[in-house]
Amino acid sequence: MRIKLNVNGKEHEVDVEPRTTLLDCLRDVLNLKGAHAGCEHGVCGACTVLYDGVAVRSCLIFAPQAEGSAITTIEGVTPAPGELSPVQDAFCETHGLQCGYCTPAMVLAAHSLLAGNPEPTREEIVEAISGNICRCTGYAQIVEAIALAAERMRGVNRPTEL
Amino acid sequence: MKAAPFEYSRPATVDEACALLAADANARVIAGGQTLVPMMAMRLARPTRLVDIARIADLSYIKDDGDGVAIGAATRQCLAERSALVKAKLPLLARAIPWIGHTATRARGTVGGSIANGDPAAELPLIAVTLAATLSYRADGATEEMPADEFYIGPTITNLPAGGILTAVRFPVWSGKVGTGFHEVNARSSDFAFVSAAVQLALAEDGSCERIAIGIGAVTDFPVRLASAEEALTGTKLDETAVRDALHAALADLEPMEDLHASAEYRRRTALVLGARAIADAKANAQGNA
Repeated sequence: MRIKLNVNGKEHEVDVEPRTTLLDCLRDVLNLKGAHAGCEHGVCGACTVLYDGVAVRSCLIFAPQAEGSAITTIEGVTPAPGELSPVQDAFCETHGLQCGYCTPAMVLAAHSLLAGNPEPTREEIVEAISGNICRCTGYAQIVEAIALAAERMRGVNRPTEL
Repeated sequence: MKAAPFEYSRPATVDEACALLAADANARVIAGGQTLVPMMAMRLARPTRLVDIARIADLSYIKDDGDGVAIGAATRQCLAERSALVKAKLPLLARAIPWIGHTATRARGTVGGSIANGDPAAELPLIAVTLAATLSYRADGATEEMPADEFYIGPTITNLPAGGILTAVRFPVWSGKVGTGFHEVNARSSDFAFVSAAVQLALAEDGSCERIAIGIGAVTDFPVRLASAEEALTGTKLDETAVRDALHAALADLEPMEDLHASAEYRRRTALVLGARAIADAKANAQGNA
């Protein structure tokens, strides 16, 4: 069936089988490989995208269900080509990633959290990424990255004026 | 991990959705899809048609009707989680929602979807049974109502007529010095519960228990109220021994499920411990502590 999808601010018209998940549509039809296929049944969180600004699992949505909503993938969070979002930047700085498989999803989960809660507690950060499995980092640096990004996005670590 | 082929429809009204279900015995309703899609990915479910009711606007609302709060079946769980009305009037529901899946699944999962699915371990059916909610459904062109405790007949098996669609759930609002407690044991936070306990009570002026509802989930094929324990504890001060004795007697009548994760005896013992904790929490909560 032909459906219209709004992905990263661009309208796309695609022809997919109804059983195509949003994840497979993003990866295989729109060639956006940043949403990763992990378990494909809603357990690992690697396929997280933003659906109208909120983190969801793209493997648990069939592409036709997403018609009429704004989808944002990791490719859509950077301000300009070659730049990083404050969250991505913080992940680099605090070593919040190793193999990188869970990273796009972690970054998007963080964006979703910080959009609604600019000053999250450690517990709120842990809760926000509790549905995303990471087998490398032990999570500590990821939590640190999100806390650092939150600080920066609130503008609290600007150099003190002399 | 790919679903079998199916047709997809997105009807504009509930009656259109009912007609689509009536035309195909293997058609299934999809709203949030957070249970159905994994089942389809694992090919444990192979519907021939999905009828998407998520965008039917009449099915998404949270309304105060005086002595009750009605929630539209397709209302996203995250909306109920953030609702000030739910927090103020349905404290037990507010306490249980964070236990459902994860933030990302609550963003899609619906209140009615979980209730209609009727997983024995799910939180929303437990709260609906504990609070004696009324379920509304549309079938054969008419809207009918059913008490939540008559809705479940087996694990994920309900009395919803074939081709019917759950449209709303109405939770009664309690007045007075109300307190709530909720406990769950699972392998990892947000995984399926092995045992869960939900309690709402109201204290009289003298601190005795005026009214109490005790629900146990994940122990039997569908959530149950411990009516005999409720009766035994009403009018008492809810002291520890009385609570344990009442729960012990009520749980002796249950035939708990048994699986790889938890034996029947484990479920019975844990139900007692969690039930007692939930009652203690509810009492403290009603007294204004926590």
